[in-house]
Amino acid sequence: MIKEHLDLYEVFIRGKRGLDHKHVGSLHAEDPEQALEYARDIYTRRGEGVSIWVVRSRDITASQEDDSEAFYDPSNDKPYRLATYYRLPDEVNNM
Amino acid sequence: MTEDELEQAFYRRIENEEKIEPKDWMPEGYRQNLIRQISQHAHSEVIGMQPEGNWITRAPSLRRKAILLAKVQDEGGHGLYLYSTAETLGISRAEMIEALQSCKAKYASIFNYPAQTWADVGAIGWLVDGAAIVNQVSLQRTSYGPYSRSMIRICKEESFHQRQGYELMLTLCRGTEEQKAMAQDALNRFYWPALMMFGPHDSESAHSAKSMQWKIKRESNDDLRQKFIDQTVPQIEFLGLEHPDKDIRWNEERGHYDHGEIDWDEFYRVISGNGPCNRQRIQHHIRVHEEGAWVRDAMSAYQQKKRQRAQAA
Repeated sequence: MIKEHLDLYEVFIRGKRGLDHKHVGSLHAEDPEQALEYARDIYTRRGEGVSIWVVRSRDITASQEDDSEAFYDPSNDKPYRLATYYRLPDEVNNM
Repeated sequence: MTEDELEQAFYRRIENEEKIEPKDWMPEGYRQNLIRQISQHAHSEVIGMQPEGNWITRAPSLRRKAILLAKVQDEGGHGLYLYSTAETLGISRAEMIEALQSCKAKYASIFNYPAQTWADVGAIGWLVDGAAIVNQVSLQRTSYGPYSRSMIRICKEESFHQRQGYELMLTLCRGTEEQKAMAQDALNRFYWPALMMFGPHDSESAHSAKSMQWKIKRESNDDLRQKFIDQTVPQIEFLGLEHPDKDIRWNEERGHYDHGEIDWDEFYRVISGNGPCNRQRIQHHIRVHEEGAWVRDAMSAYQQKKRQRAQAA
């Protein structure tokens, strides 16, 4: 019965040195070490990546798309944060 | 692997243009050099909020105020990215802040100059951010992965900083005689300190050789400075302002502008603590840090209370 309730882990893989770790999927495991081994077996069979992160899913705090108005609305009316907002003559437009 | 083998593997990665990541073995000197450079970079972002922040309440229009506010907010965010990047090397945020406040750590000496007029806000965006961007574009190729990634993010966000500054200058230069004179005065005061931002000549630079060998830095101080000088000449001409460097001349053979010598006495005076605003900048940082202590205390007390309630339930 206990096996039914293994923790869920999220798996992140760094494809190449210098790149960010990217989420690739999830799996069940007893503990973080086991999750790392499973992640290697499941997600890197073709040599994908140079480094794996595993994080217990319940340790992730996430915003929801339903919240996006409250989260992102305040920046929608601030186009002056973008370089394209500033019109400069062609002679000096390369900055 | 033995220490020697680890070191060889490290240098092979540097040689092959591969990034070094936080959990990799790295020489102690590489780690210390990075901590010094990245924390100094972070301090510069945060201290740099002061001269411009001084003008937020006095911006001449709501549009200019909103722009300046967004820019200063960006600098705070960039300081945070960089402190976090330095923390991946095993130093704590508190240690870095302590080093800044006790003047053991440096920051870009340009921020020890005051922003005296509204035109200074334009000159800072155009020249100071412009110089910083030249440096940061080069640092996108730095060998330490997290530093490289924060530079990419920062460059992307900062692209508006220089343009808003130049646009402000252009507006002044197309305005009244007084406004144009104000722009000229700001250019005269900020041009030389902006050139100093690239640091001493390569031959005089204490950390440069090692940093270049480790590929922490990718281009020398003098090369980056030349790039900035070259790009700035046509920008000054377009504004119709006078170039502050009377020796500036195109050199056909080099394909670059020749320029006058920087006042290095001034550079060393300001960087060693005796610029116009050094003490004011640090005092302000300490004061704000102390005045904000109650917020941090309140948050931690609230966390403790929540934990206790959860335990009791």
